[in-house]
Amino acid sequence: MRRPARAVVAAAVGLVATLALAACVPNSPTGVATASGAITVTSTATACSVSSSTAPSGTLSFAVTNAGTEVTEFYLLADDGERIVGEVENVGPGITRTLVVQASPGRYFTVCKPGMLGAGVGRAAFTVTTSGKALASAGKNATQVAAAAANYVAYLRKQVETLVTGTDTFLSAYRAGDDAKARRLYAITRSTYERIEPVAESFGALDSKLDFREADVPKGTEWTGWHRIEKDLFPPAAKDNGAKPYVPLTKAQRIRFADLLEKDTAALSTEIHQSSYTLPIDAISNGAISLMDEVASGKITGEEEVWSHTDLWDFQGNLEGAKVAFDGLRDIIRPTDPALVTQIDAQFAALQALLATHGTLRSGFTYYDKLSTAEVKALSDGVNALAEPLSRLTGALVQ
Amino acid sequence: MPETTAMNRSPDAAEPQSTGLSRRGLLGLAGLGAVGFAGLGASIAQAAAEQGSTGSDVAATYPFFGDHQAGIVTPAQDRLHFASFDVSNISRAELKSLLSDWSYAANRMTAGRGAGAYGPTNGPYDSPPDDTGEALDLAPAGLTITFGFGPSLFDSRFGLSTKRPAALIDLPAFPKDALDPALVGGDLCIQACSDDPQVAVHAIRNLSRIAFGRASLRWSQLGFGRTSSTTRAQVTPRNLFGFKDGTANLRAEDTSAVAKEVWVQASDGQAWMTGGSYLVARKIRMTIETWDRTSLREQETVIGRTKGDGAPLSGGSEFTAPNFSTVGAQGSPIIPADAHVRLAHPKQNDGAALLRRGYNFVDGNDDLGRLNAGLFFLAYQRDPRTQFVPIQQNLATNDAMNEYVRHVGSAIFAIPPGAKEGRPLGAALFD
Repeated sequence: MRRPARAVVAAAVGLVATLALAACVPNSPTGVATASGAITVTSTATACSVSSSTAPSGTLSFAVTNAGTEVTEFYLLADDGERIVGEVENVGPGITRTLVVQASPGRYFTVCKPGMLGAGVGRAAFTVTTSGKALASAGKNATQVAAAAANYVAYLRKQVETLVTGTDTFLSAYRAGDDAKARRLYAITRSTYERIEPVAESFGALDSKLDFREADVPKGTEWTGWHRIEKDLFPPAAKDNGAKPYVPLTKAQRIRFADLLEKDTAALSTEIHQSSYTLPIDAISNGAISLMDEVASGKITGEEEVWSHTDLWDFQGNLEGAKVAFDGLRDIIRPTDPALVTQIDAQFAALQALLATHGTLRSGFTYYDKLSTAEVKALSDGVNALAEPLSRLTGALVQ
Repeated sequence: MPETTAMNRSPDAAEPQSTGLSRRGLLGLAGLGAVGFAGLGASIAQAAAEQGSTGSDVAATYPFFGDHQAGIVTPAQDRLHFASFDVSNISRAELKSLLSDWSYAANRMTAGRGAGAYGPTNGPYDSPPDDTGEALDLAPAGLTITFGFGPSLFDSRFGLSTKRPAALIDLPAFPKDALDPALVGGDLCIQACSDDPQVAVHAIRNLSRIAFGRASLRWSQLGFGRTSSTTRAQVTPRNLFGFKDGTANLRAEDTSAVAKEVWVQASDGQAWMTGGSYLVARKIRMTIETWDRTSLREQETVIGRTKGDGAPLSGGSEFTAPNFSTVGAQGSPIIPADAHVRLAHPKQNDGAALLRRGYNFVDGNDDLGRLNAGLFFLAYQRDPRTQFVPIQQNLATNDAMNEYVRHVGSAIFAIPPGAKEGRPLGAALFD
């Protein structure tokens, strides 16, 4: 089902070689500057006042207040005055936004950019002294980031190709009235879609045609896609259908919905295969986070596959998709936040092991309505255990 | 997670307690902040007088660190969020780190600061905030966060079986128990009390979040309207039967009684529990619709006190000791043999007393349109074997009130002594 598409709001990411930003928000931080320790920055049309021109190395917080009338930005630049060490953007008039950055000893510049154009105002030297605290090692490099993005796009293309083929096979059975075969293929085919769900959602119109549940459809809009066919293949009893007997689709209706699903799936494939198609790196990390949000909000509650109860197939697809996205980022994040990588790795493994106790894509899973409350609770605990550290992934990656 | 505690590394753990208050712009009563136990009663009484209230004081803070945990003899706040947790399949070291992380966050939140070092609005923009934010702009309102360990924590999982105190029994089945398994037990518990319900909920929410992957909520309970006073300065409140509750409760000022009845002494066994206590929690559903159709005569006879003043039926005023031998017109005791006040009284229980700290609850309604209401009973004691258990055996067997109550939830926890700077909660358990 459709959720707010976190993956597509990604902004351009400043890639910095020399410095790594505060990588995560640990439960028991070891030495971060607190609100009371923040350096304050006041940006006006003509000035960029920084409360201190020096700070000890470690995690620095700049609380940037826009006292001007235009939207502003604040930059911490490396000693060449060019490379961006850290930035906050889109600070509206009157707003205060915090830049958290991990800085090693050295010379820097601070500058504000009211109006978001030009060379900025109030450029001033800023010195980071040696505190003796160990810093996280150097951050991302551009080659790694580009490779991660390319690999992930290649993965998406492979998945959507599999999806197109699988959907065709599934629809052939459905059109031909071979319901037993179509039911068998339904969940396994959908699991491919679920691997790339946030990306599909980034094409909002397509997602609504492909993956809306009956309850998601606005009045006056025709309900199409996977779940329309799901209901026809796994028809509800009248008591689960608003006290009305379910009326099966006619042959002609079947063919029409099958044709639409085929066409919309092909359109998704075309979009992802555009030669210009790419993803910023935080879209990949946010995609991983979104996939686990999908599990937590839809699959763990049995709301996604309300007629077929094949939620665990979707769960497996979401989990695999999130794992692939994370795997592509692991080496980029590891130098800045090895503990986070270790934690996420362990929770992925634990959740996959737990899910495997209910089946596999190859052999099939337990239907959601056959799970006990305790079993669902255990899965939910596992999802929380993974989703909580995973939610810090983008923060560890960007800026 | 590293096993070392965050508390001895935190840069701001040593910030003065008043920092949180001033950041929240609530300096008005900051003089009351961080008061030690000795001066507490007077301070609260003064605040209550100033506010014309029953003791609510939004600016009050109670230090998290101390010989005993706060939230026991602390003047009972008006609101409760209580949570019981199951520990996940984690190692002993991870359990220890959870307690360390909880202690770190609890120390901050009870001082009015965010759960994490950044707080709700100052962290990295692309990470979720390390505090959920609903307590921003709110004073701590006397927030206390009290942690406990259930019997199941001392099974084989964490190598703690030899540390289980003998007093941490598995509660026996009591007559008329109607326990719902979903409301029973737990490896760990957290009691968050505050005069502001949102502050209490914020504490449980953030502590639950910190625990994801290490412990998960088993059951939780919101409470409103304290049903006991724990200091002399507090007015005796009423339960949902409409009667004053806890008139004869142990009070903080009764220091020798508190030492004898509440705090675990060094001679009690398990050294790590010295200065701790034991908590019994019982969710007691009241069939209040039936109660409300009962005559005032019946109500007072069941309780053994007057509904208005709370005086014992044997005469006097609220704090007059009941005279159980006073005989009425028919030659029978004026406080009946099955009256609640008689059966619960220390005199009828070999002197056993409890420090009660319960709250009223209403969890919506049931399928029959009856309020799902009652008393969330919390009682602290030195040894449940000689205190709660015999008292409850007696009550469950004989109490006239049983017609109107059902015990639906139950748990017991060892409440370790207080945390100290650099010594998180329960540290001695792992020594």
